[in-house]
Amino acid sequence: MLEIKNLHARIAEEETEILRGVNLTVNAGEVHAIMGPNGSGKSTLSYILAGKDDYEVTEGEVLFNGENMLDMDPDERAAAGMFLAFQYPIEIPGVATMEFLKTAMNAQRKARGEDVLSIPDFMKRVKAAASHLNVSMDMLKRPLNVGFSGGEKKRAEILQMSLLEPKLCVLDETDSGLDIDALRIVSEGVNKLRGPERAMVVITHYQRLLDHIVPDVVHVLSKGRIVKSGDKDLALELEKNGYADYVDTAA
Amino acid sequence: MPAVQETIEQVKAIDVDQYKYGFVTDIESEKGAKGLSEETIRFLSAKKNEPEWMTEWRLDALRRFQQMEEPDWARVSYPKIDFDDLYYWAAPKSVEGPKSLDEVDPELLATYEKLGIPLAEQEMLAGVEPKNRVAVDAVFDSVSVVTTFKEELKKAGVIFCSISEALREYPDLVKKYLGSVVPVTDNYYATLNSAVFSDGSFVYIPEGVRCPMELSTYFRINEQNTGQFERTLIIAEKGSYVSYLEGCTAPQRDENQLHAAVVELVALDDAEIKYSTVQNWFPGDKEGKGGIYNFVTKRGDCRGKNSKISWTQVETGSAITWKYPSCILRGENSRGEFYSIAVSNGYQQVDSGTKMIHLGKNSSSRIISKGISAGRSQNTYRGLVSAHRKASNARNFTQCDSLLIGQDCGAHTVPYIESKNASAQFEHEATTSKISDDQMFYCLQRGLSEEEAVALIVNGFVKDVIQQLPMEFAVEAQKLISISLEGSVG
Repeated sequence: MLEIKNLHARIAEEETEILRGVNLTVNAGEVHAIMGPNGSGKSTLSYILAGKDDYEVTEGEVLFNGENMLDMDPDERAAAGMFLAFQYPIEIPGVATMEFLKTAMNAQRKARGEDVLSIPDFMKRVKAAASHLNVSMDMLKRPLNVGFSGGEKKRAEILQMSLLEPKLCVLDETDSGLDIDALRIVSEGVNKLRGPERAMVVITHYQRLLDHIVPDVVHVLSKGRIVKSGDKDLALELEKNGYADYVDTAA
Repeated sequence: MPAVQETIEQVKAIDVDQYKYGFVTDIESEKGAKGLSEETIRFLSAKKNEPEWMTEWRLDALRRFQQMEEPDWARVSYPKIDFDDLYYWAAPKSVEGPKSLDEVDPELLATYEKLGIPLAEQEMLAGVEPKNRVAVDAVFDSVSVVTTFKEELKKAGVIFCSISEALREYPDLVKKYLGSVVPVTDNYYATLNSAVFSDGSFVYIPEGVRCPMELSTYFRINEQNTGQFERTLIIAEKGSYVSYLEGCTAPQRDENQLHAAVVELVALDDAEIKYSTVQNWFPGDKEGKGGIYNFVTKRGDCRGKNSKISWTQVETGSAITWKYPSCILRGENSRGEFYSIAVSNGYQQVDSGTKMIHLGKNSSSRIISKGISAGRSQNTYRGLVSAHRKASNARNFTQCDSLLIGQDCGAHTVPYIESKNASAQFEHEATTSKISDDQMFYCLQRGLSEEEAVALIVNGFVKDVIQQLPMEFAVEAQKLISISLEGSVG
């Protein structure tokens, strides 16, 4: 589903490369975890996949279902099924969460040439998804992310993810700012969305998230390169020994 | 290119093409002589068969105007207006004063149809009666061409007609209230208006009557080099209620057109007036050429106990806007409200706000102002809240928010607060924000296009005010704001 080949990138108009030749293939049905120390390029990778234009790709390619994703605008990528759960979800004042959900779902449907959702159909879907994530009606009426607690923000992200039904989910440090209970709710929400047609890339610092969302493959990203890949035990090893070994290999 | 930057490019590329009401009606029209003089005024007054006192009132205003200096305190700049190079009277030839709908020139009816203004009574009355009917007074250049639902309103005792007709039919009422809220010498443009006002609407709601439908006036400037000087007077007797809407458009022309209106509202004991405006005058083209100079004095007098006046305005047009709909809170427990959305784009200059003058005990007021600036426009909120000595327990809450789109525009807030009574409580909140690249990216990542993202964020920003508009207008206003700010939405 996702093929990243020799990806090099830097912050637009700056010299320093942040990604220095990333190779990664994620197939449908798989969950890949990307771990790595601060500054290794994890978030940069997620932004580049989503199409944020603060970054400049200098070499390599990214294929999404065989198509060159780097040529697509962010909204085209979204309509094609790419979803990024933000580490720091953005506040949209005055726009009720419910209204935002409807606008986003219908925008993607329109882009794919589908009919917009009827109000009853939309409500049915929102209610079902919201109940799994412990999202109240009251929260849906509040402006998106404005005054939300850390846990509410992350639950709202996963709510959007489940309603938009993406093919590729990238979760950028979804565990940051969550207490144990919130982590469990969010992880359950994510696990519900695992399926044979869907691929996930879970970016995290810590192993604890991977206790809940058990990955098929774990990669270590260091200094802009994937320096080691393995199964879920690799995450446990990292937890024990830290990143020191890999930071040295990459240097 | 960052997403917001691109949006700005799109916004820059629009204005003229987006102004849908820029067409000119090809109709034979009659104009008075050019220039501002006693002769012009006598001609105008004669045209309208006005009573002698009215002519004298005008001439007095002219003499005073000639002694006055143009004010320069507003944050707007424009070349000096040559008042002698303007026409003060232009009217479609076929019109000899408002008559029944059947007699109106079809060309004019077609114009209003094109503008989306419902003038037909028959269609609406046939079959199922729609819930929200609106009576319309249509003012074309200097004259009112038709007023709909007049007969039906009369049954409820409501008078709704052009001010010219009111001067002939109800001179005592007009004489009693005209200039009682905005005195002749109130300010430069109000004085000019007092001298040369051509037409406008007159509304009288008798005691205890709740006006059975929305009233609305639609102003259209068609002729070249012609100023439009309308005068509106609304009187709500004890315990009455009226909701009034005002809309305006003008053709797209290279030269500037002057619009200097005066609106006076009087609310007596327990009466309520709700006055909504959607102002969509031609804003000028992308180089800032052309557009309407809009110098308007709007003021409501809460003369009676427990009276209430509420102004709601959505301002998207005009090259220059100079406008401060205000409330004089004279009555005990009276209440004034001002809800405003001012959108500026291109080279538009907006200097707008309100005045809440608290004179009565326990009077209260609320100001919610939302300014949105894009392009190279300048958007200023200027407001005064004052409590006089006797205004014990006066209360005001003011919230002024500005939203900037792009790097080349400006937002300014100039609040004046004066309190001469220690028990008065005034609150003022202000924010200035920008649509950030992060907000845009977040929306795009969820699948919204750039236009949809800007529209969503802006609609969120103006929500508090949109909610105050009558339902039909709210939808229109939202669309209008999108069109004013975007390349392809709408």
